[in-house]
Amino acid sequence: MNTTASAGSLHIQGLVKEYRPGVPVLKSIDLKIDGTGLTSIIGPSGTGKSTLIRCINRLVDPTAGAIWLDVGGQRLDMARLQGAALRHSRRHIGMVFQEYNLVERLTVMENLLTGRLGYLSAWKAWRRKFAPEDFERAYQLLDVVGLGSFANQRADALSGGQRQRVGIARALMQQPALLLADEPTSSLDPKTSVEIIQLLGDQGRERGIPVIVNIHDVELARRYSDRIVGMTGGHVVYDGPPAGLTDDHLQTIYGGQAWMQ
Amino acid sequence: MSESLALASAAAPRRWQRFTLTQRLLRYGVWLLIVWAVVQSVRTIEVIPEFLYDAPEQMGDMLTRMWPVDWSHYPAVVHAALMETLHMATLGTVLALVLAVPLALLVAGNITHNRALNLAARVVLVASRSVNSLVWALLFVAIFGPGPLAGMFAIAFRSVGFVGKLLGEAIEQTPRGPIEALQAAGASTAAQVWYGYWPHIKPAFWSVVLLRWDINVRESGVLGLVGAGGIGVALDTALNLFQWTQVAVILIAVFAIVVLAEVVVTQVRKRVL
Amino acid sequence: MDAVNATARPASTAFAWSGKQKLALLALLAYTVYVIAQIDLSPARLLSGLHQGARFLSRMFPPDVGKMDVLWEGIRETLQIAVLATVGGVALSLPVGLMAARNMVPHWLCAGARGLIAVCRAVHPVITAIMFVKAVGFGPLAGILALTVATVGFVGKLFADAIEEISHKQIEAVRATGASFGNVVLFGVLPQVMSRFVGFATYQLDSNLRNSTMVGIVGAGGIGGALFSAFLRFEYSFVCTILATVIAIIVVGELVVNATRKALDV
Repeated sequence: MNTTASAGSLHIQGLVKEYRPGVPVLKSIDLKIDGTGLTSIIGPSGTGKSTLIRCINRLVDPTAGAIWLDVGGQRLDMARLQGAALRHSRRHIGMVFQEYNLVERLTVMENLLTGRLGYLSAWKAWRRKFAPEDFERAYQLLDVVGLGSFANQRADALSGGQRQRVGIARALMQQPALLLADEPTSSLDPKTSVEIIQLLGDQGRERGIPVIVNIHDVELARRYSDRIVGMTGGHVVYDGPPAGLTDDHLQTIYGGQAWMQ
Repeated sequence: MSESLALASAAAPRRWQRFTLTQRLLRYGVWLLIVWAVVQSVRTIEVIPEFLYDAPEQMGDMLTRMWPVDWSHYPAVVHAALMETLHMATLGTVLALVLAVPLALLVAGNITHNRALNLAARVVLVASRSVNSLVWALLFVAIFGPGPLAGMFAIAFRSVGFVGKLLGEAIEQTPRGPIEALQAAGASTAAQVWYGYWPHIKPAFWSVVLLRWDINVRESGVLGLVGAGGIGVALDTALNLFQWTQVAVILIAVFAIVVLAEVVVTQVRKRVL
Repeated sequence: MDAVNATARPASTAFAWSGKQKLALLALLAYTVYVIAQIDLSPARLLSGLHQGARFLSRMFPPDVGKMDVLWEGIRETLQIAVLATVGGVALSLPVGLMAARNMVPHWLCAGARGLIAVCRAVHPVITAIMFVKAVGFGPLAGILALTVATVGFVGKLFADAIEEISHKQIEAVRATGASFGNVVLFGVLPQVMSRFVGFATYQLDSNLRNSTMVGIVGAGGIGGALFSAFLRFEYSFVCTILATVIAIIVVGELVVNATRKALDV
């Protein structure tokens, strides 16, 4: 199994995001994530979990703060990159989305190949002249996620769980140094959710890269994560192993008690 | 696990093809056809180079002759002609509706089950669309004599095909569920159409009517060039007499009314759709 | 108590037209009557028109087949005009439509492109043909240029609207892989709109075929010239031949295009 060039390490310093001036959603986040393992970010809706994840690969632009990414011997501040440099850095960050975000009219294979678009010029991409290793890797990844015979199916012919697997395979095609997942299981049934979380965790460990997952199912987070980051009101209020997450912590994060019983 | 996979990949490199062989041949065929058509057309088209070279000069000459714009021509001739154009367009659209609705009902496979009737209606609609409104105008000027009456019929007969085709498609896309419910309750065909199909195609209906009216305002503007009334008559006169300043005010008026029609359509769409 | 009141409402108010709708219908009827008077549409005129129409039809049949070379010459030129105008116009409307989509480009570029498209659409192809005849002389070139402008206006607008309606999520995912703008368009935008774009392009080919028959009336090439002179010379049987040929070409064209699209799954 080919591993990535090097595992990335993420260091977020003083991250602030205001969608409207004077109303910060993220209020100075400090976080350090390296090594391998699945980190789950939990917290109530609107607390900025999704914003945090999207700031890392700059789908959302932060208002202030730094996001240091160590990859391939380089230290990049994701918050400050622009243009071509930003695009090059995004190659190292794979992302899995809540609603899979596959290009519905393309086949599974073509969706996987979009993972390599960061490396190809538009002219070659149009004629589908990807490197042979890319095709080989794509087939291997399809086998890994259990969709070996689906290569030529159109993406919109797949079920939700299957689409998410394609999404994960697409992210892994980038050979990323860091894997992000924005609520990857929120649109899936309980059994499929477990399979997807396990897949994310296993792939992260196998490739030696950190995986950061945004999740609202606390039980799922507890059972399958190596580390839990709890957010509320735009701050990090818990950062540690799942075993250390007590009911008191949960009350601080989510408020209310009825849902815990 | 990694070893076995490595072995598998070494044994048989899997190739990926975007299209099947048939698809590739077809795509290539279509591409070739387009290229051939273009090359043929370019080769045999007669272009007189001298005309091409002094084109900018000609355009510049035309524009200078159009200035200053003869605004006095507007109240004298243009305004009445504009109103006539609007009337032609509106009444023509209404008449087209009256003719197109029964045709749409006939061409829709889920209302009329007689295949022969479907085909006959489709032929009528295609014929109506294939003949240009200008050509229809020529026909009706020969029948009714020059004037806006000919223009109105030309607009109507041209629009029937457009409206009928789109309405027919909208009817065919109506979901079966509510219709079956009405049938089960014992409703007649007329009741099914009015209570089952009509509510569903209402947005499409208004959208098509408004779109066609918008297009018809534009079309009515030029029908006068063959004598069928409206602003085209004034344009034809001005062109024949080389009164470029009048041509200018007419073009501006036409542009203005087209813009006005678009604004009206947008507003009505907001309220009705 | 409320339950009793609810059931006491008469059934005849169901499906009733509101006051506004009745007013609108009345206004439409009044307008119709007014216009009918304005354009002098009297029963007498209609009757004489029917008479004339019958005479007309009898003079159109049987169609004149003696002038096939003139017919063929005109049709060939018409096809040339349609093909070149469609290919050129569609090729232009790809970038123009892309630039006119609000979700793809900066605001100023979008406004400019939308303005260009609006101008192309506002002027009737016949009028643009007249202007091009003045600029480049009589002949098919004027027709090609006029219809290219019309194509850009039509296809460009529909294409821009289609791009504005696509799902952002799919594009977001492609962006997140580090793809360049070109790649995002190729893999995120185009797959979503390609089918509709081909539909617009084929519709425009059909439309250009029809329009190219009429630009000849103002001297911009094609069968329209022959048609117009046949009219002026009262050679109605030849007019019938021409019209029948045009309709046949358009119908065949539609059938061929639809079959090809189905086979290619576009």
